[in-house]
Amino acid sequence: MTTATMTSRGTATADRAPRPAGRRRSAVNRRSIPLTIAMLAALAYFLLPLFWLLVASTKSTQDLFTTFGLWLSDSPQLLTNIWATLTHDDGVFVRWLVNTLIYAVASSLGAALLAAAAGYGFAKFRFRGDRAAFNLVLGAVMVPTTALAIPTYLLFAKVELVNTPWAIILPSLVSPFGLYLMRIYAQDAVPDSVIEAARIDGAGELQIFFRIAMRLLAPGLVTVVLFTLVATWNNYFLPLIMLNDPRLYPITVGLASWASQAVGGGSGANSDMLALVVTGSMLSIVPLVVAFLLLQRYWQSGLATGGVKQ
Amino acid sequence: MTATTAAPYEVSQRARSTRRRPVRHRAAGPLFVAPFLVLFVLLFLAPLAYAAYLSLFQHRLIGGTTFVGLDNYVTAVSDPLLIRGVLRVATFLVIQVPVMLLLALLFALALDSGLLRLARVVRLGIFVPYAVPSVVAALMWGYLYGPDYGPFAQLSKAFGLAMPRFLTDGWMLGSLANIVTWEWVGYNMIILYVALRAIPHDLYEAAAMDGAGAWRIAWSVKLPALRPALLLTMVFSVIGSFQLFNEPNLLQRIAPDVIDSAYTANLYAYSLAFTSQQVNYAAAVSFLLGIVIVIVSYALLLTANRRRSS
Repeated sequence: MTTATMTSRGTATADRAPRPAGRRRSAVNRRSIPLTIAMLAALAYFLLPLFWLLVASTKSTQDLFTTFGLWLSDSPQLLTNIWATLTHDDGVFVRWLVNTLIYAVASSLGAALLAAAAGYGFAKFRFRGDRAAFNLVLGAVMVPTTALAIPTYLLFAKVELVNTPWAIILPSLVSPFGLYLMRIYAQDAVPDSVIEAARIDGAGELQIFFRIAMRLLAPGLVTVVLFTLVATWNNYFLPLIMLNDPRLYPITVGLASWASQAVGGGSGANSDMLALVVTGSMLSIVPLVVAFLLLQRYWQSGLATGGVKQ
Repeated sequence: MTATTAAPYEVSQRARSTRRRPVRHRAAGPLFVAPFLVLFVLLFLAPLAYAAYLSLFQHRLIGGTTFVGLDNYVTAVSDPLLIRGVLRVATFLVIQVPVMLLLALLFALALDSGLLRLARVVRLGIFVPYAVPSVVAALMWGYLYGPDYGPFAQLSKAFGLAMPRFLTDGWMLGSLANIVTWEWVGYNMIILYVALRAIPHDLYEAAAMDGAGAWRIAWSVKLPALRPALLLTMVFSVIGSFQLFNEPNLLQRIAPDVIDSAYTANLYAYSLAFTSQQVNYAAAVSFLLGIVIVIVSYALLLTANRRRSS
C-alpha cells in the first residue's frame, strides 16, 4: 500500500499521458510498422467472432448453414430477424432483457453502496477485529463462486428464495473485490482532515459519509458499479441453478435455452431458432459494449487501483 | 462486532484528545462495516458451513438420511469421474493460463512501448470480448467451429485442405482454451497495461543512461515492476480455470459425445446436484473443489512472495 496517488494518476495516464511535447514528436518517428501490423493481426482475431455475429444476424437460419459465414448472404434481413427475436414467444426476449437489467442494476448499485460503506469503515476507523474481518473477506475472493453456488442454492431452497429474483440479486450484493477496491480508494480519496473538520462543525458520522465521503468516493463507486454490472449481466451459472421459471430468466440463461432448442428441436436448418439465438446474442452484447466504450476512463482507473496496489 | 467494542489502541489517544475524537462516533466504524459483514456471513459463510454440514450425510432410498462422517470425501478422492475432471481442468490450466498471460503481457508491452499506431483502437478492440457474456462467446465460437457450416471448415473446403476438427475429442480442450483465452486476454492485458503506465518514467531514463536498450528495459525494469499485477492476474486465472463450466456446458449441446456430464469438476458437481439429485455428495465435491482452489492459490502466492524476499 505504498503508492498513495495511484488512483488519481491511473485515470490520467491510462488515456492521454501528459508527456512533454518534444518526446511525443520523437515517439511518432519511432513508430514501428511491423509491430503495428502484428497487433492489427491480433486485433483481427479478437474482432472476428464479433464480425461473424454481426454478419450472421442478417441471415435466415437457412442461409446460416448454406452461405459463407464471414460474408453477407444475397438477402440480408437484419430487421426481420430483430423483429422475430423481439416478438418470439410473446416477447419473452424483451422480458429477459428487462430481467437482466433489473438484476444487474439492483446488484451493482447495492454491492457498490455496501462496499463503499464497508470500505470507508475499514479505511477510516479502527475497531476491535477490523483487520481479522477484512482479511477474512479478502480470503473469500479465493472461494470459487461456482463451488459456493450449489450450497447457496440448497440453503435458498430451504428458505424458499429459489426461483425468485432475490436468488440472483442477494448473492451478487457481496463483492469482496469491491470492498477491497473501495477500502484502498477511501484511504486516499477521503482525507482525514476533511472528516475531522466536519466533526468539529458538528456533523454526524452518517451525515459525513453520505454528504461528503460519498462524493469523494464517486469515481471508485462507478468502477465497482461497472464491474458488478458486468459480472451480473454475464452471470450464467447462478441463474441457471436458481431459476426454473423462464419468465424470470436473465438473457444468458434465456439464450442458452433457445440454443438447446435450436440444436435439439428441428433438425438443423429446418429450425428457425438458430437465427433467433444469433440475433439475440448480438442484441444482448450491444448495451455492455456501448457502456464500456463510453465509460472506459472509469474502468481503467478501477483496474489501476486493483492491479497495481498489493 | 458490537457497538461496545471500542478500539483498543484508540482509547489512550482518545483520553488525550477528547475534543478531536468525541465518544459519539465510537460505534461508527462497526456501523459502516456491519451491513456488508452481515450479508457476508449470511451469503458466504453460511452456505460454506451448510455445505460442510451436508457433506457429512448420505441420503439413501431405504433408511433416509444418515450421518456418515467423511465417507463422502473418501468416495470423492477416489472417484474416477471427479479425478478425471480435475486432471482435465489441471491440464487446461497448465497450458491455457501461461499462453493467455504471455499474450496479455506481450500486448501490454507493445501498447506501452509507444511504437504502435492506432494504439487506442487496438487496446479497446482486444478488451471488447470481456464485455461479451461467456454464453454468447461459447455460442459464437461453437458456430465458428462447426464442421460443415463454420467458416473455417468452409475455407478449408474451398482450398481443398484438411478439415479442422475443432469439436472432436482430441481438439476439444484446445477449442475450449481458445474461447477462454479470447474472452480474458484483453482483461488481463488492461490490468498489466495500467500497471505499466504507473511505472515512473525516471526509471527508464536511468536505465537508458546506463546503456540499456528497449528490450533490456522491458526485461529488467518493466517486468519486475509488473510482479504484483502479474500475480493478481495469475491467481484470478487459476481460480477461473478450476471453475470451468459455462463454455463446456454450452458446447455440450453441439458435441454431446465429446463433453460428458463429468467433463470438468464443476460440471460434475452440477450434474450430481441437479441431475442425479445426490445433494450430499455434490456438497462434498464442491467443497473439495473449493479447498483445492484455495490451496493452489495460496501456494502460488506463497511461492511468489518467497521468491521475492529471497
